[in-house]
Amino acid sequence: MKKIIISTAFIMISILTVNVLDAQKVYATKTGQIFFNATGGLEKIAAVNNQVDSKFVDATGQIIFGVLIKGFKFQNQLMEDHFNENYMESTQFPKADFKGYILNIKEVNFTKDGEYPIQVEGALSIHGVSQKVSTKGTLSLKQGKASIEGDFSVKIKDYGIKGLYLGEKIANDAVIKLNCQY
Amino acid sequence: MLKLHSCLFIFCILAMHINTQAQKIDLFAETGTSVTTDVTTSIFKTTRIVNGQSIENVGAGVLDFRILHRFGPISQGGYNLFGLDQATMRLGLDYGITKKLMIGIGRSTFEKQYDAFVKYKIVSQQVGQHNFPLSISYVGTSIYKSINDLSLTYQPYTSDRFSFAHQILFARKFNDQFSLQITPTLLHYNIVENRTLPNDFYSLGIGFRQKISKRVNITTEYFYRINKLDGYYDPLSVGVDIETGGHVFQLHVSNSTGMTERTFINETTGSWAKGDLRFGFNISRVFTLRKPKELRNIKW
Repeated sequence: MKKIIISTAFIMISILTVNVLDAQKVYATKTGQIFFNATGGLEKIAAVNNQVDSKFVDATGQIIFGVLIKGFKFQNQLMEDHFNENYMESTQFPKADFKGYILNIKEVNFTKDGEYPIQVEGALSIHGVSQKVSTKGTLSLKQGKASIEGDFSVKIKDYGIKGLYLGEKIANDAVIKLNCQY
Repeated sequence: MLKLHSCLFIFCILAMHINTQAQKIDLFAETGTSVTTDVTTSIFKTTRIVNGQSIENVGAGVLDFRILHRFGPISQGGYNLFGLDQATMRLGLDYGITKKLMIGIGRSTFEKQYDAFVKYKIVSQQVGQHNFPLSISYVGTSIYKSINDLSLTYQPYTSDRFSFAHQILFARKFNDQFSLQITPTLLHYNIVENRTLPNDFYSLGIGFRQKISKRVNITTEYFYRINKLDGYYDPLSVGVDIETGGHVFQLHVSNSTGMTERTFINETTGSWAKGDLRFGFNISRVFTLRKPKELRNIKW
């Protein structure tokens, strides 16, 4: 009888240890914020989207972002219509996403609050074209809550986006800023 | 007893193994994270097809300044530069109160008309989680004719100067190239010339937009009058929409001169058969008066 108790205890402990050792927590949000600025001339060409879908795994560093193109809000309705219809062709390509890894995830101590610089690498897909992107960012931990901030710039033409005002009113490079609270 | 013990031990190892297996998470393997609703936008390029209202609203907080010009008949020939010497115009201001509700006012030189309208989007065409094949809007317009008609033998009441239009717009974007709109219309005159005439007139409008290139669209609009006022024709207009940054230009050829619902639907004097066509154009310039709330707290 004693043995059974011991073995049961052993089972419990081993399962627990396995869980602790191999625990993978998925951090997720559906209300991340992304904004971009592609102002080339006098007129501000910038938009924000507050419905970024993002997840990352603390053990592997795997990270994904997804966003609906039509969710970008501009100052000007007409600009938003042009963005969707003439440049992004958002009925044909409704989503943009990023799939990649936080390369130095091992340096992040998830049990301790603080700001950790991270290096992210992966594939960014916009307008049906996928390109490799590598950027730096910050992962902040505060009372068990994680948030990620980062910015990078993309060459609009690399994604097969064409339009009359590219390189004039619209800059060749768009600066993208991201802020996700998980 | 020992057997049981070792069995349990093996089971425990197995459980461990299964456990670790189940916990390998692959985010990349997840497909179609969530089903969303895609609301169809840009069914037409601007808030008018040619003369008549289109399903589009101006955005919330956006002011749209519209200048409409209608020239004289092309058939007048070179002496009047194909009608360009004569022009009637309407200046208008439209404003989007919310995404669904817009209002507008205008003043036309024709009959010195003032007009005001309200447009409300009842439902939007959408696919995804919620599906609906059409967009439906209501437009109510009131028109005040301020010209003093000297031929009248009596002093008209103020109410006599008013006429009204009620329209339900049914529009569908079939694909990125082609959109169609059906517009049942009721026109009401507070006063008509004589007792035999009805105060209410019914008509059915049809309009479409065909994309030619990214910035150029062909539009056509026709109203079929169900009960007709004698001596007038059904309006038919063919136009080209050209977009540049903050402007939309609409150039067109039409047999109507009026720019308010009552005038162009019911009182079109020209006939396509007789070649009474006129050039006209609409210019729209938008200004953002109120930023969308998503953008208010952002420092660029």
